[in-house]
Amino acid sequence: MSSASLSLSRDDRPILIAALFILVILIAGTVYTFARFGSAPLLSPTYLLQQLQIGAFLGIVAAGMMMVILIAQIDLSVPWTLAAAAMMATSIGGPLAIPVGLGVGLLVGLINGVGVAYLRVPSMIFTLGVNAVMRGLMVAHTGGYAPQTGATDLMRMLAGDRTLGIPNALFVWIAVSVLVTIVLQRTTLGRYVYAIGNKEAAAYLAGVDTRRITVICFVLCGLAAALAGVLLAGYSTKAYQGMGDAYLLPAIAAVVIGGTNILGGRGRYLGTLIGVVLIVLLNSVLSIMDMPEAGRQVIYGLVIIFMLLVYGRGERVTS
Amino acid sequence: MLDDIAIRVRQNVGIVTAVLLFSILYLLYNLSHPKGFSSAVLVQNGDEIFALAMLAMAQTVPVLASGLDLSVGAVMTMVGCFASYLLTGAAGGTPLHLDIFGLHVGLGTFPGGVSGILLGIVICLATGALAGFINGCVVVYGRIQPIIATLATGAVYIGIALFLRPTPGGKIDEDLNWALTNSLGDFAATVHIFDDGAASWFAPVAWIPVPFVLLILIALLVWVPFRRSVIGRAVYAVGSAEGAAYMSGLPIDRAKIAAFTLAGFFAGCGGLFLAIQTSSGNADIPQAGAYTLNSIASVVIGGTSLLGGTGSAIGSIFGAMILRVISFFFRIFDIAPLLQPLFEGLILLAAVSIGALGVLRVKNTLELFR
Repeated sequence: MSSASLSLSRDDRPILIAALFILVILIAGTVYTFARFGSAPLLSPTYLLQQLQIGAFLGIVAAGMMMVILIAQIDLSVPWTLAAAAMMATSIGGPLAIPVGLGVGLLVGLINGVGVAYLRVPSMIFTLGVNAVMRGLMVAHTGGYAPQTGATDLMRMLAGDRTLGIPNALFVWIAVSVLVTIVLQRTTLGRYVYAIGNKEAAAYLAGVDTRRITVICFVLCGLAAALAGVLLAGYSTKAYQGMGDAYLLPAIAAVVIGGTNILGGRGRYLGTLIGVVLIVLLNSVLSIMDMPEAGRQVIYGLVIIFMLLVYGRGERVTS
Repeated sequence: MLDDIAIRVRQNVGIVTAVLLFSILYLLYNLSHPKGFSSAVLVQNGDEIFALAMLAMAQTVPVLASGLDLSVGAVMTMVGCFASYLLTGAAGGTPLHLDIFGLHVGLGTFPGGVSGILLGIVICLATGALAGFINGCVVVYGRIQPIIATLATGAVYIGIALFLRPTPGGKIDEDLNWALTNSLGDFAATVHIFDDGAASWFAPVAWIPVPFVLLILIALLVWVPFRRSVIGRAVYAVGSAEGAAYMSGLPIDRAKIAAFTLAGFFAGCGGLFLAIQTSSGNADIPQAGAYTLNSIASVVIGGTSLLGGTGSAIGSIFGAMILRVISFFFRIFDIAPLLQPLFEGLILLAAVSIGALGVLRVKNTLELFR
């Protein structure tokens, strides 16, 4: 191992490798399009911005998911929190649409947090149940059909329009990213989050109200999912059934590819950001290649395993 | 003697609760069903329960070793897609070919008839076990967390299933479908044993549904011996304290690989049955996801700790049956289909929350952070 890679910290290595892999994807995709169509759309800023606009929704979900994974929990209720927020926002409409949508996320996060932190139900199973309940509520609310209500102008403006040629959704994603980075690196809350992820009992003995922090993390995750839902409804001008289903696993994958330990306590937000970009670019290259769904799934799985084999390997348990 | 029983009940309180809950629910169901306590109802229930029960067993084994297998639904789907090619039972055999990267590769003809069907079943189950074995190797030698490793391999298996069946289709031998999804009497009549099921000694058991018999056979012939073997005990040991298991010289790596392989095998059984039952292969991603999540719920309801080390696949079978019986009730009480997901979720939340109420009695908060 060269001295350059030795001087990298344990948390930086995954980020660097993932960034390199993004370059590989870009180059491979460009070589393919150049050979096949004689053009290089992947390198055009317009195309990249458009991809990042779509990636913003995943990015926001992943930011929330990361807060929960850092405290060694997981939130499986994201798909229907996202859909419920979008459906509630569109059906309320008017100036209250966005606050109501975010309120849904806050409420779901609160329920998740209380169940996991105070009742000590494993988050894997509790959030799964909450997801089913949200799905049930939304199916009952919409009658199982696509909701007829549309997104408000503000939602469409935030998700679909551009300012100075840059999609507004990207600005929202950047704002969320800045916020998460500040919380994780500059606040006591961030310190507590890492402490709980490493050893909750130790954090508790050190005087941290670990249960309150756990609730806060779930609330943040719910809020992020709701924000993504509101934006996605604005982007597609309406809410629809199952709109969140495609976001759960990619969000977890993005967080993990970015070097965050799935067992909590370790990982940087920059990694999650890179992980999201990697997944979005991989998807867009595969769709340029006209790859059928079967091939996409296989490549998607293999990439996750490959990335983790390179830098995500755990320690051997020997004592 | 009584003390002994009391201790055993206390040790297995999760399973006992699940069995009792299931018995009460199922009794109520049969009492309120117009054709309750009949072989027809039993057969229908057996068909609906089998696949989920197998997946619940599959999920149990890695969970006991404190891992989680998010690929069980994907393995089930993939095996089902294989089955829809291999179990057609066509007299002249089934020609197989591979279309990949624009190439058309003939793979010869897969034999038809009874021997072909038996060979097909063996290949399908072996495929499931192989998928599980790969999961185990990725987890053990790749040292990747099980939850994320199986998330990734699950995507690969779903991809293979989609490659095999981009649209639902295929065919399963009608006799096989009939024999396995009905009562023992129909089974005997289809495969021509016991005087076509008319033998007088056979009559008292002829009403039993085949899926239940298969479930009991698999539990007794696969799970119980595994549970009692050294590897099986090592799986429990790894789940309760991996470090201690390592220091005691237990074969940790082999135990983990065996746990995932067995999970793949059970998931393969579920996929095989689902394909036989529906007479087709269907690479249905939402269905695979739903089965995976329901398998986790079944494991928890069946009294197995998600932290590993305690529980049993038998309990998970009852967990799966409870989940299914609850949905049977929706039909009886004519609850609007739209409200069913809501009730399912609420019941799941209520079950795990009631189970967790013990935390309110804990005096030392530190005990919560295991």
